[in-house]
This record gives sequence, structure tokens and C-alpha cells, in this order.
Amino acid sequence: MLDIDKINNDFAALFEQGREMLREGQAKIIDEKREQAFRQFRTLGGIPGKTEDYLYTNLLPVLSKDYNVVFKYIPQDVNLHDVFQCTVPELATDPVLTVNGWYFAGNKKLDLPDGVVICSLREAALKYPEMVEKHYNRYATAAEKDGFIALNTAFAQDGLFIYIPDGVVLERPVQIVNLLRAKADLMAFQRNLIIVGRDAQVTLLVCDHTLSHDSFFMNTVTEIYLDDNAHFDYCQVQNQHLSASQINSVFVSEHRDTSCDANIVTLYGGMVRNNFYVALNEEGGCCNLNGLYILDKKQHVDNFSYIDHIAPRCTSNEHFKGVMDDTSLANFAGCIRVRPDAQKTEAYQANNNLLLTDTARVNTKPLLIIDADDVKCSHGATVGQIDEEAMFYLRSRGISVAEAKMMMMFGFAHDIIRHIKLQPLRDKIDALVESRLRGEFSKCHHCALQCRK
Amino acid sequence: MTKEKDNLLQEVTGSDYKYGFVTNVETDVIGKGLSEDVIRLISSKKEEPEWLLEFRLKAYRHWLTMKMPQWAQLTIPEINYQDIIYYAAPKQEEKKNWDEVDPELKATFDKLGIPLNEQKTLAGVAVDAVMDSISVKTTFKEALAERGVIFCSFSEAVKNHPDLVKKYLGSVVPYNDNFFAALNSAVFSDGSFVYIPKGVRCPMELSTYFRINAAKTGQFERTLIVAEDDAYVSYLEGCTAPQRDENQLHAAIVEIVVEKNAEVKYSTVQNWYPGDKQGKGGIYNFVTKRGICRGENARLIWAQVETGSAITWKYPSTILKGDGSVSEFYSVAVTNNHQQADTGTKMIHIGNNTRSRIVSKGISAGHSSNSYRGKVKVVKNCQNARNYSQCDSLLLGDKCGAHTFPYLEIENPTAQVEHEATTSKIGEDQIFYCNQRGISTEDAVGLIIKGYAGDVINKMPMEFAVEAQKLLQISLEGSVG
Amino acid sequence: MENTMLKIKDLHAVVDGKEILKGINLEVKPGEIHAIMGPNGAGKSTLSAVLTGKERFQVTQGEIEFRGKNLLGMPAEDRAREGIFLSFQYPVEIPGVSTVNFLKTAVNEHRKYKGLPPYPAGDFLKMIREKMQLVGIDNKLLNRSLNEGFSGGEKKRNEIFQMAVLEPLLAILDETDSGLDIDALRTVAQGVNKLKTPDNAVIVITHYQRLLDYIVPDIVHVLYDGRIVKTAGKELVAELEKYGYDWIKEEIKSKDNGHA
Repeated sequence: MLDIDKINNDFAALFEQGREMLREGQAKIIDEKREQAFRQFRTLGGIPGKTEDYLYTNLLPVLSKDYNVVFKYIPQDVNLHDVFQCTVPELATDPVLTVNGWYFAGNKKLDLPDGVVICSLREAALKYPEMVEKHYNRYATAAEKDGFIALNTAFAQDGLFIYIPDGVVLERPVQIVNLLRAKADLMAFQRNLIIVGRDAQVTLLVCDHTLSHDSFFMNTVTEIYLDDNAHFDYCQVQNQHLSASQINSVFVSEHRDTSCDANIVTLYGGMVRNNFYVALNEEGGCCNLNGLYILDKKQHVDNFSYIDHIAPRCTSNEHFKGVMDDTSLANFAGCIRVRPDAQKTEAYQANNNLLLTDTARVNTKPLLIIDADDVKCSHGATVGQIDEEAMFYLRSRGISVAEAKMMMMFGFAHDIIRHIKLQPLRDKIDALVESRLRGEFSKCHHCALQCRK
Repeated sequence: MTKEKDNLLQEVTGSDYKYGFVTNVETDVIGKGLSEDVIRLISSKKEEPEWLLEFRLKAYRHWLTMKMPQWAQLTIPEINYQDIIYYAAPKQEEKKNWDEVDPELKATFDKLGIPLNEQKTLAGVAVDAVMDSISVKTTFKEALAERGVIFCSFSEAVKNHPDLVKKYLGSVVPYNDNFFAALNSAVFSDGSFVYIPKGVRCPMELSTYFRINAAKTGQFERTLIVAEDDAYVSYLEGCTAPQRDENQLHAAIVEIVVEKNAEVKYSTVQNWYPGDKQGKGGIYNFVTKRGICRGENARLIWAQVETGSAITWKYPSTILKGDGSVSEFYSVAVTNNHQQADTGTKMIHIGNNTRSRIVSKGISAGHSSNSYRGKVKVVKNCQNARNYSQCDSLLLGDKCGAHTFPYLEIENPTAQVEHEATTSKIGEDQIFYCNQRGISTEDAVGLIIKGYAGDVINKMPMEFAVEAQKLLQISLEGSVG
Repeated sequence: MENTMLKIKDLHAVVDGKEILKGINLEVKPGEIHAIMGPNGAGKSTLSAVLTGKERFQVTQGEIEFRGKNLLGMPAEDRAREGIFLSFQYPVEIPGVSTVNFLKTAVNEHRKYKGLPPYPAGDFLKMIREKMQLVGIDNKLLNRSLNEGFSGGEKKRNEIFQMAVLEPLLAILDETDSGLDIDALRTVAQGVNKLKTPDNAVIVITHYQRLLDYIVPDIVHVLYDGRIVKTAGKELVAELEKYGYDWIKEEIKSKDNGHA
């Protein structure tokens, strides 16, 4: 039997066996979608094979491992707040922890403006069924051909729920810390739903970390709904160990005059696949999507994006950059889709790559699908080396070759990091990236896990 | 020259597809459908050697196991491969010279403006004319033979130069390369064969004109070009078909071998019948074209102007194997009404210091869909490869689509690969500027398109640049306003 | 001890297989300002690239000595640390690298070469501020990416600012006047003059007279076809401005014919 068939059969068996546990204590709305999604998963033929969207992604090495799956919340034997403390200097955040895809039971109560809800998705589905029903699994359908998304909907039991009512502006960023901690290799699912009301504003900082050495395979789906004139800032830092693989899918549904600024920085991890889907549903929407990936060893990072211009007069800017060392592999695929009525669209996309060794590889696929004529769209992709002229300039000022190279790489990376609006965070990420590029240990100092891998 | 181009704008106003007539010549046809027997029949009609029949059968058997490619941005209606005539030849006895060729046939090519009469011909262009599946006439053969250049129909080459054909057939596009290549390898009927010996600069442009005439017929020609060390040739193909309500299939193969320091320039003016304004009829143009720069410093230049066909699926590609070899691809693809095109190129860098350049200009109008699809691959041990790609799309009207699908696969850190693409429409300020200078909107659009496509048109051989320009204009007729 | 700072003897250099410098001889002493003039394509910029160690330019013959040390074979960064500074004709834009960070790295690399500890952070900023005032450039420039989006004038001023910070012994100004309006030209020249001491030297490479109105040379050389064909005092500048380069070309031709 083909490996991929075996994996799909395993998922089917898991679903059948786990059905009762999956449903336990769960709201109806989530379970209904669950059954539909699993049928969809089977219709699609399971996890993606060599499809156009997964052309360069070999999933087998990651999926062929035997992972444990736990369909209930396992209480932690330590207080995660003590084990993990993010130390971005001078950055006051409202932290929320998840562990292995579940809302952490020991999360502290936050001092939030009236009406703001931050809780587990499980709880929200019971407490605010109408709101969850209105939004749950409405935006993830943009990836209807991706079996992983269906799989998440079929298996997800928990995750975060965030609701910012109309007109509320959160001053402090909400910091979501996704922790992985187990005593054996683990596969887990996480499902987040974020609703930002009319004229509301919020900044989300998402940090992915590992707290044990086990192999992980996370499948996370985050759906984000932005009501008219909402402003949403999203910054994700992926800093896990090399056996932690994840498929991280973010779906943003934008409405009139909204803005979404997203920055994804991938520093460490095993196979990391980021899917970023943005739907610009109404006029005046704006999306700025930036990504940075710095890879070495055998890392494999995929960044996939799909910016869907449905309504006229929206803008999108997308820029991903990567540095590949050792035998790492980076794939980029970005699609700008302009629908027939989306006139006056402005959409730009760029992907730049630096290859440092003979064995590093990159595949890049910037796509434009344009069905309206009055648009300004462009994309560009480059693969190259550090500019010789610039190197000479630096050296002619007395800077050594090694240091000049470092500066050039750092400058290359900073071009993405500079988009992060919160200065303390930007500085912290600059520092992380610099030590990452220098090959120094780059995890946050207070991370309890002293990575040996 | 410039003036001539300008006048074209006026000349073509109001014209439709002007090559859409049918020629009444008696045709020798093998009945519809495809089977091993049909293939044997084609082979025997052509009095082919056993090895060629085997090649066909191998391809056919493999084809049976394949599926039509689904990945292109195209909506291809179901094709019934048993409803196609795979062999149709204008009936004519072995003709010794031009005067004996069927006058109807002569008239056809005269109407197309293709000079088969050597006296009347454009200076410096030798022509091979292929009607349906059969090569009708090749001009200047003797003059070329003096220099050792072989330019003849594929069938003649099989008879007269079997060793060369055997050596190179399928060496660049294997019989199992893809669905349409396998089909062609099984049923191909004729085409052109070009061989330029070592050190010879072919003294004239070589050109093949393809014409589909018979109804219900597929055309499956095969072109093979070999340029030995230090040789040079510029080759051009053009094509037309009658207006018919049904769709007709054209699945050709072009193989090009370029040896050390040799250069081949391959130009295409593709003007198969595109279907009517409602999208009825037209040619399905599913073509595999590939060249290999085998030797050091070999050069292969593709230049194409694509205006015809209901559906186009074609990616002229180059394998840059020889160190220092160079390939360039220049394309203008126009789609109007309900045409669909998914076309582009592949540049596969294997040799060190290889360079490639891609300039693709898409123009979409009406309800058409126009996609650029291109791959640039740099393999692991290929040092210092350079590629630059520029793919621009111009949209005329709000019902059409322009898509860009580049694939960059880089496995060596010394590579420098750069891709840029833009999508735009003709700016109102540009039109206004022209209007203000007294130029009508239609002429302004013509001018702007000419400028837009100029980079590519200029790469066509002089004699065909005018025709290419004219075609652009005709194809976009009535799409602006 | 010999007082010569830079000594170039019979220097030949090729780029991409083509010989551009065909036997240059030149000596520069501390305190001197030399102007090297010449028509386009004479080899002026090649000379500056060869002096600063650009690898694309190959020296095929001759010697370059700087303060008694052989420069040939010395990497570009060491030449800089020895005290050679090039004000680029086209300063390179480096996105993402802030000017201040770049300068700090450069200054500390220079110090390391001399066996000094890194500049204390507070002192460094103080020094930078002083130098900025000296050459009259805007504070905002410090945090911008190096040369990125700078106007022509800003770029050239930034070059002189770097010169002020790095305090070279020999500054080579390669077509520093190109692309500058008259005000910017004056500011740049003033900066250079302020930095001039009896211990350092300047080579001004230029096509035109106008920069030399502000930075007055002691010695003027005409470079033509890869050779210095004429050396004189500053009065030569005015002559060149008046009569162009053609008379020199004529002079050489007649000389060549005389030899033949």
C-alpha cells in the first residue's frame, strides 16, 4: 500500500474510534462541522499529494512517524506561566497560553475592557453559540481543496476564542503563546476564532514554542473576522525545535475599510507550513503580509498565501524573504487573485531568497490570477547571492568579509522586520534574528527548554 | 518598414479571420478513430521502415495509459479521440516540379500569401508547405543542398536520411514525454526536417507553412532541426486553418538539437483559426516544443507571436546542457473573444555559466483567458546560471483574464534568478495624450500595443515582423471601444 | 625616513581582459591635494578601484606602496584600515542596514585593527554628532538604511560624513561632484576642507573644474588612455577648462608620431 493511503486510512480509523471522545462536552455547532469536514477530507482523497498547492512539499517524512493523539485536555504538572516567560523587554502584553492545542487551564484572568472575551473556543461555543455559529468554519472554506484544513475541522476540539466588541481599541497586545509539551511524540489540532468588531483594534502576538524534546505535529487553523473599519495587527514568531512540525493556516476575512498587517517570522522548526488566506470582501480593505524565514540544517519551510481580491478598491502588499543555509529547503507560493469585479485593485507581491550553500534549495512560485482590467498588480521573485558591489562598499570602510556578510544578511532580514509596528517587539525580533544569523542560540532566554537538538 | 507597419492599422480595420476558406482538393483519408491498425496503416501508406512503426506503436501503447493534463488554466471540453481523422493527405501523384502541383493547392498557398513558386518568392526564404498531414512542396531544396543543408519534408527525410532521423527522433521529446507528445509520436504524419552541417551558416531563412484543410481532421506534424557545431539557421513556422464550426486538434512536436557554438533561431507565427466571436469552433493547439543546447556556447532563440487557436497549450523549452549555452524566449500571446491560452516556456539550466532570458507579453481581450506559465530550473551542480524573466500582461476590457504562473526551482547558490511581472491596462492618460495630439483612440491603442509588443516583434525575422504586426491588429479587432 | 605616503610605480591593470591602466606613476605626500583629471574612459575610476582593492580589477604589472607597505594583495578592508578612504562615485544602497549601525561596525573594526577596544557607546554617539555638525548633515539620516532612497546630494554628503568619522590618511574622492547642484557641491567641499590636516592627503578625481574651485589642488595630473600624460600646478585646471582635453590628445599624438 502506498504510504499516503496508509496515512489516510489511519486518519479514518482515528476519526471513527475517536468520535465519541471528540464530541464529549462539545457544542453542537462544532460537531456538525466535524462530520461534514471528515466527509470532505475523504472526498478530497485525504491529505494533499503532489497537488499544485503542495507541489514541492514532501509530507511523508513528517507524517510517517507514529504520533500519539490525545482527545482530551491533559492537566499540566507545572504552572506553564512559571516555565515559560516571554521576555520582550518593555513590552506589556496580555498573555494567553495554549498547550498542545488546548486553552491552558491555568491562564490568569486578564484585565480587559468591558465586553472583550478571551477564552477557550470550547467554552465560547457553549456560552456564545450564535456568535460562534455565525463565524465558525466560514472562512477556512477558502482552502476547500486542502485536506489538512478539513482534517482540522474534523478533529479540532479546542483553541482560542477572542472577541473584541465594536469600537473597542485594545491598547496592549494580546500575546498568544502556543506551547507544546508532552511525554511522547504528539500530534495535535488547534482551532482559533477571532472576531474583531466594527471600528475595533487589536494587536495579536503569536509565539510558538516547544517545551519538551518530543516530535510534534501541529495542525492549527485560525479564522479571523474583521468587521468594517477594524484594524488588526498580527505578528507570529515561530521558534520551535527541529522535530516540531506544523501546518499553520490563518484565514482572514476583511470587510469595508479594514486593515490587516501580518508578519510571520520563522526562526526554528521542523517542517513548517504556513498558509495565509486573505479575503478582501468589501471596498477599502487593505492587507500587508510580510514573512521572514531563516533556515539551516534540514529545516523545511513552506509559505503559501492566497490573497483574494473580491471587492473593488482594495490593496495588498506581500513580501517574503528567506535565507537558506546547510541542506534546508524553502518553498514560497503566493497567489494574488483578482476577481472580475474587483476593479481598482492594487496588489503587489515579492519574494527574495539568499542561498548560502550548495545543498540548500528554494522553489518559488509567485502567481497572478487577474480577471479585472483596471488594476495595478505586479510580482517579483529573486534567488541570488549577497550583492558584490555592496560587499565591496562595506569592506572599503574597513569591515571584514565575515562581518560585511552578516550585515548584508541582517539588512536583508530587517527589511521584513521593520514592518513590525511595536518597537520593543521589533527590536527583540531584530536581536533574535541577528543572533540566529550568527548561529548563536536564539531562543528567548527564559525558555525552560535548553535545546540540545 | 515603419511606414508599412503603420499603414497596417488602417488596412486591417474591419477584417475578420481572413484565412478561413476551404480548398477543394481530393483528399486521401484514413477513416476516423485510432487503433494499432490505424497506426500500421499510416505507417504503411508512408512506406516507413519497421523501426519507425515500432516507435509509433510504443508511443501509442504508452499513450493509452496516460491522461490528459489537468493543471493548465484552461477549460478543455471532452475530446473524443475516436472521432478524429488521423491521416488526411491531399491526393497528388508524385510531382516532379511546381507546375505539376494541383492548381487548387497552388491557389490555396497563393491566397495565404505563401510563396511556393521560387520565382515569386521573398528573397532568402525557403518554404516547406504542409497541408493537413502532408508536405506539399519544398522550395529552394537544390540551392540549399549545395551547402549541405537538408531541408525537406519529414517523410522524405525518413526515406533519404534514415540514420539522421533515427539518431535524433525522440531524443529531445521522448515518446512518453506527455499525453500529447505520446499521441503525436504514435500518429504523426509529416512535418519538416532541417539539418545544418558543421560550420555552415544556412544562407536563407527556412520556413514551414502548416495548413489544416480537411474537416474532422487532426494535424500531427513533427519538426526536427539539427544544427551541428558552429552552424546557424533561422527557421520560421506559420499556420492557418479554415473556419469550421467544430474544433480541430493540432498536436505537434518540435525537436531541436543545437551543438557546440551553433545557433538556432526558431520563430513562430501561430494563426490557427481561433473560433468565432461566440467561441464556436477553432483549433485546439496542444504542442510540445523543446530544444537542447547540447554543446558549449550553443544558442537557441525562440520568438513567437501567438494569435490563433481556440485553446493553446504550449511551452517551448530549452535544456541548457552545454556550458556557456544561452537561450532566449520572446513571446507575444494575444487572446480575444473566447480564446484560451496557457503558454510559456521552460529553461532548464544544467551546464555551468548558462544564461536564459524570458520576455513574455500577454494581451487579453473579450472574454478570453491568457496565462503565462514558465519554469526556470537550476540543477544542483550548475554553477553561475543566470536567468531574467519578465512577464507582462495587458488587459483590454473587463471580461478577460490574465494570469501568471512562474515556477522557480533553484538548487545552486551561485544562481541568479529574477522574475518580474506586471499586469496593467492601457492608461486613460496615455490615450488622452494621443487624442490630444490628434490620434484616434483606436489608433492610439494600436500604437500602444505595438510599443508593448515591440520587444518581441523585433526579434522576428524582418520578413515576418510585418505579418506578425498585422496579425496582432487583426486579432484585437473590435476589442477596444 | 621617506616622507612619501603613496607611491605608485608603473601600474598596469586589466578589467575583463582589457587593459585600462597602462603604466601609472604617482607619488602623494602628506598634506598634499592632488587632482586627477581626464576625459571619460581615461581610467580614472579604475585607478580608484585598483587603489582600494576591488577584485574585478587585476593588476598585471607595477607596484603600489602605502606608507611603506605593499598594497597589492592586501584585501580591501585592510587597505581601509590602513587609512585609505574612497568616496564612491555611486555609493551603494544597502536596505535594512542603518547608517549608524554601519558606522559603528566600521569604526570598531578600524579600532580592532589598531589594537584598541570598541568605542564606548556613549562616546561613539557624541563623536558621531560632532562629525555630523562638521559636515552639516541631518540627524535623521542616521537611522535610515544606508544610502537607501537618498538623493544624489545626500549620498555624497554621507560619503564625506563617513570620511569625517573614519579619519583616513588618504581620501580618494571619485567624481564626488557628479550629480550635485552648486549648494551641495559647496557643502561637500567645505566638509573636505575642514577635514584637511598637514598629515593627511586627498586625491580628487574629476572631469570638471568646478569642484576644484572649492578644493584647491597642489598638483594636477591629466590621465589619458591609462597613463598620466601631464602633471602641473593648479593653473592647469583653468587651461583644461578653457581648451578642453583635445589639445592634450593632440600633444600626445604629435609626441607619438615624433617617436615613430
